[in-house]
Amino acid sequence: MSELCFHDVSIRFGGLRHGLTAVDHASLTVPDSGIVGLVGESGSGKSTLARAAVGLVPLSGGRIELNGRPLARRGPESRRVQMIFQDPSSALNPRMSVGESIAEAFPRGSTASTRRAEVARLLELVHLDRAHAKSSPARMSGGQRQRVALARALASRPEVVIADEITSALDVSIQGTVINVLRDLQRELGISVLFISHNLPLVRYMSDSIAVMYLGRIVEQGPAEQILGNAQHPYTRELLAAVPDSSRQAQRQDVQDFVLHPAVVSEPTDPEPLHNGCRYHSRCPVGPLTNPERGICRTEDPSEEHANEAACHFAEPRTPPSTDGTSVASAASTSVRKSL
Amino acid sequence: MATTSIPGSVPATRAVSRSSTSARWLAVLRTPVGAAAGLLLIGFLALSIIAPPLWADDANAVDTDSILQGPSAEHLVGTDNLGRDLFLRVLVASASSIQLALLATGLAVMAGVILGSVPLLVGPRLGRLITSAINIAIAFPGLLLALFFAVIFGVGSTGAVLAIGAAGAPSFARLMLTLTASVIERDYVSAARIAGVGRVRILLRHVLPNIGEPLVVNATIGAGGALLAFASLSFLGLGVQPPAYDWGQLLNTGLNSIYRNPAAAFAPGIAVVLAGLAFNMLGESIAQIIGAPTIRSGSPTHRRRGLRTASHPLPPEESRSTTSDRVLDVVDLSVTFPGADGPVRPVRGINLTVQRGEAVGIVGESGSGKSLTALAIARLVEEPGQVDAERLEFLGVDLLSGSEREHRDLLGTSLAVVFQDPMTSFNPTQRMGRQLAEVAEQHQGMNRRHAFLRAIDRLRAVRVPTPALRAQQYPHQFSGGMRQRAMIGMGLMGSPALIVADEPTTALDPTVQQQVLRLLASIRRADDVAILLISHDVSVVAELCDRVLVMYAGQIVEDLPVAELTTRARHPYTRALIAAVPTMRTDLGMPLNAIPGLPVDPAHVPVGCPYAARCPRADDHCRGEDPPLVADAAGRRVACWHADEREES
Repeated sequence: MSELCFHDVSIRFGGLRHGLTAVDHASLTVPDSGIVGLVGESGSGKSTLARAAVGLVPLSGGRIELNGRPLARRGPESRRVQMIFQDPSSALNPRMSVGESIAEAFPRGSTASTRRAEVARLLELVHLDRAHAKSSPARMSGGQRQRVALARALASRPEVVIADEITSALDVSIQGTVINVLRDLQRELGISVLFISHNLPLVRYMSDSIAVMYLGRIVEQGPAEQILGNAQHPYTRELLAAVPDSSRQAQRQDVQDFVLHPAVVSEPTDPEPLHNGCRYHSRCPVGPLTNPERGICRTEDPSEEHANEAACHFAEPRTPPSTDGTSVASAASTSVRKSL
Repeated sequence: MATTSIPGSVPATRAVSRSSTSARWLAVLRTPVGAAAGLLLIGFLALSIIAPPLWADDANAVDTDSILQGPSAEHLVGTDNLGRDLFLRVLVASASSIQLALLATGLAVMAGVILGSVPLLVGPRLGRLITSAINIAIAFPGLLLALFFAVIFGVGSTGAVLAIGAAGAPSFARLMLTLTASVIERDYVSAARIAGVGRVRILLRHVLPNIGEPLVVNATIGAGGALLAFASLSFLGLGVQPPAYDWGQLLNTGLNSIYRNPAAAFAPGIAVVLAGLAFNMLGESIAQIIGAPTIRSGSPTHRRRGLRTASHPLPPEESRSTTSDRVLDVVDLSVTFPGADGPVRPVRGINLTVQRGEAVGIVGESGSGKSLTALAIARLVEEPGQVDAERLEFLGVDLLSGSEREHRDLLGTSLAVVFQDPMTSFNPTQRMGRQLAEVAEQHQGMNRRHAFLRAIDRLRAVRVPTPALRAQQYPHQFSGGMRQRAMIGMGLMGSPALIVADEPTTALDPTVQQQVLRLLASIRRADDVAILLISHDVSVVAELCDRVLVMYAGQIVEDLPVAELTTRARHPYTRALIAAVPTMRTDLGMPLNAIPGLPVDPAHVPVGCPYAARCPRADDHCRGEDPPLVADAAGRRVACWHADEREES
């Protein structure tokens, strides 16, 4: 049992007046042995939420629980949640060998030979030769370094691993080597994974359930097939439409008279100052910009009482009505993964 | 077809772009300044060790017969008021001068490092207080602080060492704070924290080893300063006290008789200057080498034509159209950099033409030479990079000959370049409109007002909302996508015939990426502008381009229409690249495709087909002979011995 729960988490940076709300009342559950994909554009607060779960960023409100208990800040319990970062070039200390980096997370007092054996075991878990223990990170490729970072995270024997854009700095050609290892290990070891990425095909490939973040708020979440097949929030639909698709080439001739839609032209506004209403309304293609009668989007913050927990006034209602207050994401763990 | 095996070990050919630490330190001594300073410093250090046992007795020998003499054969710089030989005294004084200076520097570095690491250890609140205290301390001039401390610690060499050490500590503390701040942000420190590593261990294992080099450099330079400060204190009578002596004190006594025997003052003065210079110059030359840990070698960067590794003749791209329609015509383009083991050629024999209004994509992994190719075309490869080509024509103008000034105007108005990171492409201190207008002022000779109006018009053209207002804003007030569009707008200030876009959407979010691609497409249709789009992502190229060039190891390995990319690609590498991109239809039950092995290191290009080591079809023929780029009747080109074999299913 290893379930990571974000309850109504808010994270603010800076002072009260000039501060910035990076995460705004976000609730999300990473179920036991499940993979939750978290998508959204940069600045939407995905990474901040992740960093809060490993204690790198303090919370301003709400709580994060592991198996129903608040996260420990010290001691071995605090290592139950581990994180892998985006940039392979700064993932490893250039002054330490790969083996030293991995062994750092071992409990103190273990003998040199058990450390060596454990490093070798971890390296083999991520499909790297055990001889790499003595290598310097400078001699490794980006994909190999990310796998070492995964091995280092596993050294703490975590229950939850947070993967924050772990392949976005890698060439597509080797992205698979990292993703396959992560997915295999997740299945083998039964760890829970919060998989953060802006690459939707990748998130679809990895995740049981998907949460979509926009300007600090989780605007939609649910089982992967539901989010991808029946997206409720217009932002999710925009994201889906933006996925490069070779079958779209045929339509490319239409581009000739392409004019950016006024809604598309406007950019994500800064999270602060908080305007009233839905934070997506200034960009929403079905919002007040195109449908003047939808003034409610400007004035009232939408609730999440819709299908897929969508925070949109015009999303479909919940069907069937949810019986308890738990997130839909937790239901995904039991649902069978289907090809879409 | 593409396998998913994971490379178990790195091929031995993988280059080490960073030479080992000891080699880099040795490289310092290979520069002329570094070697001179190093030799000088070693000389001084040796002198300071051997001088006292050899000459101390002679230097202290009082000879009342020869008081205050000038330079002579017996006394090279004369004698002092007790008839002691001043030359020997200067030599012997090197011991106290240099050793005390080093002692003071050591003290300053130690105190600085300890003081500078306290904020890391005690947590943010107390840390901020200490940081402020350090910042205030650093505002006082060092020598003033030294004088102040000299009075507190008392007159004498111990006091002077403490004083100079204490005066130097704040600047080392500040340096430590700055360096620590840069390391502490790195992911491996975050990872160590998450793994439960304590603050002290983070300091010792992660921070200190990674800031050691700049600390050593600054300590070396600091030692020069300490030497000077010590001489000053002694000169003022606050440092070394008689009967002990150092250069500062010798200078002091020598100055009294400067009209009778100038050499008595000059000799210690020259010694101080030389020793100080030795420390400083060595420090500076180490800083230069350490600061640029890139490939460096003694080999000169003169033009090397005819240094061709491709053994076969390169088929030029023929007969696609008449020359007049060609925006870009490149034959046998190479880029060469000097490397440690001879020249390295990341781009090798590229042939390509781009027609008016055509959109051509270049794809490949990082290190394939695709970006360098674009830079070479835009004439943006900098020294020591060397661009060679048989032909490099832009709009019919030969860029290889003629004046650079003419080329600059032609390229400035007719070629637009869009880079990956729009933030670094703009000057953060200038308004957007001004930066765009500058292009028109420079290349088209427009006046300020017209250029600014044109800038607003161009911002509108790239769909920046409320362009008149936006033109008054600074780059940081633009979002990433808007900045990238403004970058394209800057290219449109002239009337470009070609837009070279190097990974223009890689740093952007998917929704914004889409906008930029569609903007480029619409500009292309509207003004018949040709586009050369460089990307590592086949799907991005497929969105915009008509034709794709696939690059591997600095060569074009395939050139085919986008429409045939997914269906009729013939090179195994092209197919592997396409298979590696996950789509919304990827089979969830299968592992993701990846290309096994590593890309070719430009410094170690193998014999034969460079892709052979990663290719499922490679045979001995492939490993022995590099396949030529062969064009078929339809103009498609491919470089593979097995290109026309059916794919086994």
